[in-house]
Amino acid sequence: MAVLTMAKAINDGLRAAMERDPKVLVMGEDVGKLGGVFRVTDGLQKDFGEQRVLDTPLAESGIIGTAVGLAIRGFRPVCEIQFDGFVFPGYDQIVSQLAKLHFRSQGKVPMPVVVRIPFGGGIGAVEHHSESPEALFAHVAGLKVVACSNPVDAYWMIQQAIASDDPVIFFEPKRRYWEKAEVDVTAEPQPLHTSRVARPGSSLSIAGYGPVLKTCLDAAEAAVADGHDIEVIDLRTLSPLDLGPVFDSVRRTGRLVVVAEAPSETSVAAEVCARVQQECFHSLEAPVLRVTGFDTPYPPSKCEEDYLPDLDRVLDAVDRSMGW
Amino acid sequence: MSTPQDWTPPTSTDSHPGHDHVVAGLKGTDEGGADLVQLLTPEGERVPDPRFDAYAADVDVEMLKNLYRDLVLVRRFDREGNALQRQGQLGIWVPLLGQEAAQIGAGRAMAPQDMAFPSYREHGVAWTRGVDPTDLLGIFRGTDHGSWDPKATGFHLYTIVIGNQCLNATGYAMGQKFEGRVGGDDAEATICFFGDGATSQGDVHEGFVWAAVYDAPVVFYCQNNQWAISEPTERQTRVPLYKRAQGYGFDGIRVDGNDVIACLAVTRWALEECRTGNGPVLIEAFTYRMDAHTTSDDPTRYRLADELELWKLKDPIERVRVHLVRSLGVEPEFFDGVQADADALAARFRQHCVDMPAPAADRIFSEVYADGSPAVDAQREAFLAYHASFEGV
Repeated sequence: MAVLTMAKAINDGLRAAMERDPKVLVMGEDVGKLGGVFRVTDGLQKDFGEQRVLDTPLAESGIIGTAVGLAIRGFRPVCEIQFDGFVFPGYDQIVSQLAKLHFRSQGKVPMPVVVRIPFGGGIGAVEHHSESPEALFAHVAGLKVVACSNPVDAYWMIQQAIASDDPVIFFEPKRRYWEKAEVDVTAEPQPLHTSRVARPGSSLSIAGYGPVLKTCLDAAEAAVADGHDIEVIDLRTLSPLDLGPVFDSVRRTGRLVVVAEAPSETSVAAEVCARVQQECFHSLEAPVLRVTGFDTPYPPSKCEEDYLPDLDRVLDAVDRSMGW
Repeated sequence: MSTPQDWTPPTSTDSHPGHDHVVAGLKGTDEGGADLVQLLTPEGERVPDPRFDAYAADVDVEMLKNLYRDLVLVRRFDREGNALQRQGQLGIWVPLLGQEAAQIGAGRAMAPQDMAFPSYREHGVAWTRGVDPTDLLGIFRGTDHGSWDPKATGFHLYTIVIGNQCLNATGYAMGQKFEGRVGGDDAEATICFFGDGATSQGDVHEGFVWAAVYDAPVVFYCQNNQWAISEPTERQTRVPLYKRAQGYGFDGIRVDGNDVIACLAVTRWALEECRTGNGPVLIEAFTYRMDAHTTSDDPTRYRLADELELWKLKDPIERVRVHLVRSLGVEPEFFDGVQADADALAARFRQHCVDMPAPAADRIFSEVYADGSPAVDAQREAFLAYHASFEGV
């Protein structure tokens, strides 16, 4: 079984999808010769040519807008946005065309486009390179939104997103690109739009996604010393949310902490809280708590250790929940 | 040094742009300039053009009668659309009055395998692609967002967000090229329609860039109707719009948008350029919106009546009629027949409009996703159960 970094796992997943279907294209700024700023598309242009891996002009609306046209023509484009904070010039095309053409045409015009967005902080970057805008996409009907947290999921989820006839916004936790895991490419993958219990437990539930999943797992391990047996759920899919495993977990543990890097207000985390209180009201032993980024612009990188949910903030929330 | 209080505006005896008046680099809106391609004058006289005559060589009396019929029928149902809005049958209508030749000429230049990406005023192009005019009504009555099949008709859905379609069209044309449909016997091209206001949008600029660097077979067809709602062309540009193409490295050309023969010829040339791999091309069809932007605005607040009167003399239909009568000897019976056809179409258009059923309420939930969504499915079920709870009450 191969041990892969997340970046290599996505690369292998893209390669497998491109080998399977000649209509799959990779397009974006620097995705060709350079292999992307994170090298996620490394070597693809060399093997598939400039017509399958397009080094595009530097304009995000152009990348998404032409991908929409290519999809109308029958292609399955995978767009790379270099960093989270750069997606906004392409947001108009994503919201106005990509998300709505299937509905507008009553199914006559499917939109099998994937928009890959490296997201989140923790890499010491300058402004606009560390944001978590996933709620802005999860709120848009017509889009599907997912976030991988480990190499195994990264390998399979990118292929599943490409195979989907719906537009998928694919969030990749950039500070986890270099973390490794064994990837069994022969195993049956989990369906794309499902959440998963990443660590079973009985005394409290934590739900997270993307870059914070590792933080949540670390917190669960650290809490063992305090006698807590924490269950961790990787949400994986942010739109549609698959909250069944979260509801099941909360009904057993009675407690939930939701962890995310994004600002708290009107966020994916907020939606999880609302739905859990609606579905699990009688099971809750404590209010659902959130550990998130703050409702501020992403700070200068020297402050990001304080901004990002870390082990201590998660454990503090665990203590508050358990002490209720 | 003067102070702002000392400053007085320069005086001018010429309060309204004349034929030679230059505003921000542009001629006054009533003339297209020396580069304008014109094959049929406003007086109905066929004039030669060594570059484009070959592209109109087959326009004989029968073909011109068909083009005339197109123009009249499209104008007729467009006027009916306006009337239906005024009578409360449509929420809004987007009139094309005055732009019939620009649209019929371009639309009739297309081959069946070509693809059009319209904005939202392209009722005439829709007509040429075989989209029944009644299929346009749902958007404006609020029963759907476009009911025709874009693939079957080669006519994409209307695009309301200004300029978005220029990138979508360019991407589609890139696909045509990637599939090897340029330069061969099965060559294809794409044509993208937008207005003068859209040229200020980033997506149009990006569409030009993408089309140029990928040699995409796309004709950018700008209908410069002089007004973007209340903003004149001078508010969009300092240079004539067709000249912008040079900056992107492809051909730009200005055609008399009220001359259906010239629009046909120039668009045929441009599409041929694309099919043979010499595209993209920018066409500026120099025309005039004779009515409001939509039935929601009031052009008397932002433009002068004499401008409208001047453009009435350039009417796209009248010049064809004059040419058919004076130069080609077409008898009045033909025109009577076309008028009868137009009235019949208008009646069918009207009847269809008032007969259109409101969509079932669960249209809200249909085809949001190709692969479905548990959340949307649950909302649909709950909504239908809620509705059903009223039955028999």
